[in-house]
Amino acid sequence: MTKRFFLGLLLAFGLFSAAHAAGGGAQLDRFPADRVTNLPALQRGAQLFVNYCQNCHSASYMRYNRMRDIGLTDEQIKNNLMFAGNKIGDTMSVTLDPVQAKDFFGAAPPDLTVVARSRSGPGGSGADYLYTYMRTFYRDPNTITGWNNLVFPSVAMPHVLWELQGQQRAVFVNEKDAHDPSKTHSVFKGFEMISPGTMTPAQYNEAVADLVAFMQWMAEPHQGQRVRIGVFVLLFLAVFTVIAWRLNAAYWKDVK
Amino acid sequence: MAEFKEAPAGASSAQQLMTWVDNRFPATKLYKEHMSEYYAPKAQNFWYFFGSLALLVLVIQIVTGIFLVMHYKPDAALAFASVEYIMRDVPWGWLIRYMHSTGASAFFIVVYLHMWRGMIYGSYQKPRELIWIFGVAIFLCLMAEAFMGYLLPWGQMSFWGAQVIINLFAAIPFIGPDLALLIRGDYVVGDATLNRFFAFHVIAVPLVLIGLVVAHIIALHEVGSNNPDGVEIKEKKDPKTGIPLDGIPFHPYYTVHDLIGVGVFLFIFSAIVFFAPEMGGYFLEYNNFIPADALKTPAHIAPVWYFTPFYSMLRAVTDQMVYVLIGLVAIAAVLAVLRGGFSGVVKLVILGAAVVFVALLMAFDAKFWGVVVMGLAVMVLFPLPWLDRSPVKSIRYRPDWNKWLYGIFIVNFLVLGYLGIKPPSDIGTLVSQIGTLFYFGFFLLMPWWSRIGTFKPVPERVTFHAH
Repeated sequence: MTKRFFLGLLLAFGLFSAAHAAGGGAQLDRFPADRVTNLPALQRGAQLFVNYCQNCHSASYMRYNRMRDIGLTDEQIKNNLMFAGNKIGDTMSVTLDPVQAKDFFGAAPPDLTVVARSRSGPGGSGADYLYTYMRTFYRDPNTITGWNNLVFPSVAMPHVLWELQGQQRAVFVNEKDAHDPSKTHSVFKGFEMISPGTMTPAQYNEAVADLVAFMQWMAEPHQGQRVRIGVFVLLFLAVFTVIAWRLNAAYWKDVK
Repeated sequence: MAEFKEAPAGASSAQQLMTWVDNRFPATKLYKEHMSEYYAPKAQNFWYFFGSLALLVLVIQIVTGIFLVMHYKPDAALAFASVEYIMRDVPWGWLIRYMHSTGASAFFIVVYLHMWRGMIYGSYQKPRELIWIFGVAIFLCLMAEAFMGYLLPWGQMSFWGAQVIINLFAAIPFIGPDLALLIRGDYVVGDATLNRFFAFHVIAVPLVLIGLVVAHIIALHEVGSNNPDGVEIKEKKDPKTGIPLDGIPFHPYYTVHDLIGVGVFLFIFSAIVFFAPEMGGYFLEYNNFIPADALKTPAHIAPVWYFTPFYSMLRAVTDQMVYVLIGLVAIAAVLAVLRGGFSGVVKLVILGAAVVFVALLMAFDAKFWGVVVMGLAVMVLFPLPWLDRSPVKSIRYRPDWNKWLYGIFIVNFLVLGYLGIKPPSDIGTLVSQIGTLFYFGFFLLMPWWSRIGTFKPVPERVTFHAH
């Protein structure tokens, strides 16, 4: 199921490569979902997003001053998260020319505002996908960038956070098909570190979780408010329904 | 002209005002006819909530729709961004948008349940044929409304869903390509398509829809509501008052009754709006958060869930299925000639028609017949009042095996819906072919099977247990 879904996604993006069909479709790791309500984590995620992702990717439906909602002041946003020349009410655009970007990478980097929503699927939420994706880059001499990814085989994007994570290699083992011994599958067996990064693996996982938390929040900034209001709406409706039920009984008492 | 009435001496100013109005507009008369003196059977059960709920959802859709249009931009370059603008920057825009997107699915849920109620209690039978026909027309409008509205967010699924469905029209022989061009307004789905769909979605179809809803309710109030027993309450009236013995005034009894339905419905509706607005990708498809891109075809394009039973029937018509249809036409013609008891001329006409039909089946592409089957799957609902020859209305007094038949019908419909969501597969196609034959068999053979079996005696009065 998962495998088919991701193969579908890859086809959809025209980046599918048959050579990697057998290796693709890893299980998604679960993103620690409670982090979306953790303000320090969201702020750190915002910092990572602006410093690493926004060099190439825009978030062009997202305004800088929306980040007030994650506990930042306009001053903090201006001084730490914006490039000179932008206004606080501007959307988070990118200066990279999409035509050039296509030349550089073979595909224009997509807008990331709602990527955490569009990447959802039967295999997991969009946040699960991003959390796994950002942690499963590995060195692969067969690709143009020298990088490959477990959940997005032959991805055009190189590993932007490699200095933090370090470089790793993926170990694939050929295994015989359980139903058809004449076929073999290339099965992923784990990563091996080639050179360490500035973060330990645990620190890196934390950093990616924060980044994904920010992206998940950015995809729907009102999600916290939505759930909070929802509780009260349901409480009201529960009371309303009980009153309507008793009112109905009172009226229908006469109907014989 | 009706005579002017005078308010009685010493009447309050409110009474005087109503007298003044009633002399010029039948306000009190309408209120009595449709509310306080509209007598509905007292035994209506759970299934009777869905009519008023459909009206509630219609109001939700119109009101939220008005606010969405204030901020939405029907322009291929701006549409996607304007929806995200509504979701982020418009105060409470996210709530309005989620109510509208959830409302679309909710509309189909309540309307499907409402139609199902009509089917099991025979609410379409004489004298309610026109109510049913207006209702099916409302369902058709709703499908058009939902289909065109789905293009407006201008995401990948909006774009490619519209592309697939419009291309179906291109399969119609001779006029198809021109018809598709007329619908799109361009050679590809583009800005012209978006603009015309917007016009239809916010003006044309809602106008027709509201007109049909009014006709549906006027027709209903003319003949009176049916009930789970299928008893005509107007046949047993109080000799003094002329009020049906089993009838109670719609207001206050059913207004207060429907409030419970409204409460429960809004609870479920709000649970989705506030806690799962995407509904696992069924109400808001994940791919639709990617802006429309004419150069990137999604691997699997599925219509939204409420169209999938019909979409399954479309996909079921493969080349093999056309042979099955040819066989069925031949069998039907032979049976009609041998057993129908028609005169010689009519027999010849039947045989001739069958030969022509088989020739047409062979002449045109299976894809075209798929489109025909999908269209007929909805159209076959129109003649239901005349297909059903059962002497009783309600399933309660039909032969017991009818319950199984209706049960299989609903399971079949759900299975078709499920298969329409999934990518095509061999087994899925086979199941949907059997399902399609069953669906049409259910309706087209109804004149035959609805007469068979032992019917139970219908009571004179409705079955009612006081609360």
